[in-house]
Amino acid sequence: MKHQATFTKDLAKKQLNVTRNYDAPVDKVWKAWTVSDILDQWWGPKPWKAETKSLEFKPGGRWHYAMVGPNGERHWSLVEFRSIDPQRSFRTDVVFCDENGTTVDFGPAMHWYVEFSATPAGTRVDVTLTFDKEADLRKIVEMGFEGGLNMGLNQLDEVLEEMLVV
Amino acid sequence: MRRDIFQAIADPTRRSILILLATQAMTPNAIAEYFDTTRQAVSKHIQILVECEAINQHPSGREIYYHFNPTKMKEIDQWLEQLRKQWEDRLNQLDKLLKEL
Repeated sequence: MKHQATFTKDLAKKQLNVTRNYDAPVDKVWKAWTVSDILDQWWGPKPWKAETKSLEFKPGGRWHYAMVGPNGERHWSLVEFRSIDPQRSFRTDVVFCDENGTTVDFGPAMHWYVEFSATPAGTRVDVTLTFDKEADLRKIVEMGFEGGLNMGLNQLDEVLEEMLVV
Repeated sequence: MRRDIFQAIADPTRRSILILLATQAMTPNAIAEYFDTTRQAVSKHIQILVECEAINQHPSGREIYYHFNPTKMKEIDQWLEQLRKQWEDRLNQLDKLLKEL
């Protein structure tokens, strides 16, 4: 079955909601969101690739990763886990940083609230993204998406299949 | 301080002013007539909207007219659209991967 993500935005609240269904059980989807080896395989929108430096999935823990571009350029992010309700939800602050994890801007640029619910077919994931400032929104988009706009979803499928053949 | 477009739309009065100006350019006095608050309070909101570049001011004779600036709002919408695509890609990739795990 083909699923599509649905989006709702609320400009006044500086919020974007993303919902998507998966045909996999909650424990599997949860794992894909919280284990670095798996995250690195799907997180980067092509041609960018996510590369985890460290991940400590616990309240107060951090995911330090880079978005690596086609020319080897790196944009670093630090995701801090504020709260975790295992197999149900987690909440984070996202800040920009350098390769040592030193933050480069003051304060978090974005927050995610990610919820997982069991459905008859598998799992529904609801992501609520909130950002603090116009400048942050720009940077978030640039960081993960430079050059990525022209990449068609079909190409994406091919590349993924290659990546998954171990 | 540098203003942010989100400050423009965070306040209900400012949202109402934007809706008014989206249909026609208006003078500050004409805008103020739509609100129960003081003229001074409305002026302050107008000032913030100008600083956020959500509206522009154009003098016409002895009056100043305020115009809605759709470019600025569209810009934000484009950023959000790109963010939306980014997440769509990401979540589609996850779907593919889950089938293989």
